[in-house]
Amino acid sequence: MSEGMTPIVKNTARLISGFIAVFGIYIALTGHISPGGGFAGGVILAAAAVLIVLAFGRSTAERIFTPSQCHLWDAAGAGLFLVVAMLGYFSGGFFVNFIAHISKGQVGKLFSGGTILVSNLCILIKVAAGLAGAFLALSAFRRQGVDAADIVVEGGQKA
Amino acid sequence: MMPFVPLLVILPLGAAFCAVAMAQVNWLRRLTAPLAMAVVLANLVISAMLLGAGDIRFFVGGWGPESARGIEIVCDGLSKLMAVTINLVALVAFVFAVPYMRRFTKVWLFDSLLLLMVGAMNGVVLAGDLFNLFVFLEIAAIASYALVAFGCEAEELEAAFKYMVLGTVGSAFILLGVTVIYAITGQLNMAMVHSLLGKVGPGGPAVLLAAALLLSGLALKAAMVPFHAWLPDAHPSAPAPISAMLSGVLIKASGVYAMARIVFNVFGASDHLAAILMAMGTLSMLIGVLLAVGQWDIKRLLAYHSISQMGYVVLAIGAAAQVASRPSPDMALAGLCLFGGLFHLFNHAMFKSLLFLSSGAIEQQTGTRELKKMGGLARRMKVTSFCCRVGALSIAGVPPFNGFFSKLIIIIALVLAGHEVLAALAVFVALVTLISFIKVQRYALEGAAADAHAANAVEAPVLMQTAMVVLAVICIVSGLAIVPLREHVLGPAADALLGAGRLLSTGGAP
Amino acid sequence: MSTGIYILALAVLLAGLYAMVAKKNIVKIIVGLLAIDYALNLMLVLVGYREVVRAGCRESGLPPILAEGQTPAQLAAMAVDPLPQAMVLTSIVIGLGLTALMVAMGIRLYERYGTFDTNRIRRLRG
Repeated sequence: MSEGMTPIVKNTARLISGFIAVFGIYIALTGHISPGGGFAGGVILAAAAVLIVLAFGRSTAERIFTPSQCHLWDAAGAGLFLVVAMLGYFSGGFFVNFIAHISKGQVGKLFSGGTILVSNLCILIKVAAGLAGAFLALSAFRRQGVDAADIVVEGGQKA
Repeated sequence: MMPFVPLLVILPLGAAFCAVAMAQVNWLRRLTAPLAMAVVLANLVISAMLLGAGDIRFFVGGWGPESARGIEIVCDGLSKLMAVTINLVALVAFVFAVPYMRRFTKVWLFDSLLLLMVGAMNGVVLAGDLFNLFVFLEIAAIASYALVAFGCEAEELEAAFKYMVLGTVGSAFILLGVTVIYAITGQLNMAMVHSLLGKVGPGGPAVLLAAALLLSGLALKAAMVPFHAWLPDAHPSAPAPISAMLSGVLIKASGVYAMARIVFNVFGASDHLAAILMAMGTLSMLIGVLLAVGQWDIKRLLAYHSISQMGYVVLAIGAAAQVASRPSPDMALAGLCLFGGLFHLFNHAMFKSLLFLSSGAIEQQTGTRELKKMGGLARRMKVTSFCCRVGALSIAGVPPFNGFFSKLIIIIALVLAGHEVLAALAVFVALVTLISFIKVQRYALEGAAADAHAANAVEAPVLMQTAMVVLAVICIVSGLAIVPLREHVLGPAADALLGAGRLLSTGGAP
Repeated sequence: MSTGIYILALAVLLAGLYAMVAKKNIVKIIVGLLAIDYALNLMLVLVGYREVVRAGCRESGLPPILAEGQTPAQLAAMAVDPLPQAMVLTSIVIGLGLTALMVAMGIRLYERYGTFDTNRIRRLRG
């Protein structure tokens, strides 16, 4: 029996997960204009990854993104966020919006609001990588491997 | 000095993410521990430099006070005392952890989580508004849940789960308290909430509800009786450097520090809050020590003693609040109570961490935590047992170690404030503490070895000895250096808490 | 906002608290944690609600999004309070982290003890 779910689910996941990922990135990009932002976009992007893990099984999904890659992207997103915060020192203090000091942009346009856009993108990367990695780690506990009947509870009873 | 203050938080957080990234490359993985030690050392240097720099308050991101919505970073005397304590214990814990954690895999994960916890605790003591305090409290708490369960053995997971459930309930109460305060005043900044609450009046039902919720949540974080049930399971099950960090700084930074801030700087000292603090402190003192005497597991005994000593500190802070809320307050006496309490907080961080680290060394070398199975370690593990003796004498309050002075000041301040019964109880608890540690000395260090494994115990590795000796030296020196400590560190800390109280009591409050 | 919604949110909070404290199954405890989180976030958002006077009649406030050509002062007069929304965003993320950690711990507890029943997970005593 092959891993993953039925062919209908697999084909649907193949078609849809790209659109879900793009939608998540869109929500994160327009975080300073409309509701959403980095965290919501990251969760939706991670949902695309979770869909792939659920539909195709863990070993197939690991060929696309491994836990090590998730760790790296996670750390990179967080590190980039801190770098943006530290760059504010050049413009006054910690976490100062240094791009807005140069030009604020127009209300409603994509390139407005200064470092909010960059921060949103960093949070997108971090949250997506973190959630995808967490789900990949949790999916390593399979029912077949952990059989309750084999575990001895104290007192000698079987669970 | 102002640009350096956020570095106290950024450096550990950045290093935590760096450690995660470094661990994916094979040859960089061994460098996470030196990176962590370097970062915490830098933190310690920065917090030592900040000691002489006066009060620093600024808004992050250039949002000034006129916007009334910025995140404020406050670095006053109390923050500096806590920052020095946190970074010092963290450095010693990291040094101890290098040989201790060799039995675990994924040491990079340990380093990363501990760095997150250190960064978050620094954030707690630097927070100037309530929600920032809550967020950093949560980060430190989540990191500590994962660290308690680090070994993934059955008992550690059970202890961590119990800790997690109770900690989450406490955090829910804190968030609910912050919500109520925001609903009343529309502000989150601590100083502005203080002035707005002064206008609303201290006795309104909403304010009492907010105070009750916040105090319950924070008392759970500080392991006060009756919210202490998680501590005797969580602290022994954690690896030894984590027990030292949890007992040594986490219950102080997230529990007692936050309670002191909330009672003095947000609500203003009133006798209701003071009575609650004193009642909780007395109960914790008594129940903690009475439950500790009967323990035979050395780490569980130390955990119960943590509850008892935190009771001392909260009792002293409550007495100071009560003195400060009298119609004609004696600020010098309130300052004395706070001096005793904060000095005991610092001392407890030092000697409790020392005791947990030495118990970890004993556990690693003899393979057991039961007192009845150890014995005669004073001959075979000389440095460890010397440090254990110093720690035991400090916590029992024997002169000239630091515990004696701080307990003496608390007892004298209680008598001067008119609470002779509480002072007598404090003396009684100190005696029972002494009895308990005589028991530890007798069974662990003296006598004959009861177990074959304990009979073959050798001295702990050099780095572990170094960590313990550093803490032991601090225990001895800080008792003798009490006058310069008061001038530079503890005096400004007490002033930072009482400064707002002074305003309230002389400003014509009802 | 009428007090009815606050009372409902409080009811959800109390239900979650009851589940967390009184139930014996670990999965039910985790669900209790989720309920507490939802209720707290809901209450926090509700605190920010404002009713504004627009064109002479009381109406509910607008979402705090700056439209083109609007000044910040105009928005501040028309919109609900944006600060609780920022707080809730942070709180939701914290809740997510806690849930993930609790679920992982629950799974590992099942691996070690073989059961989800907290009455049987009782090796630490005293």
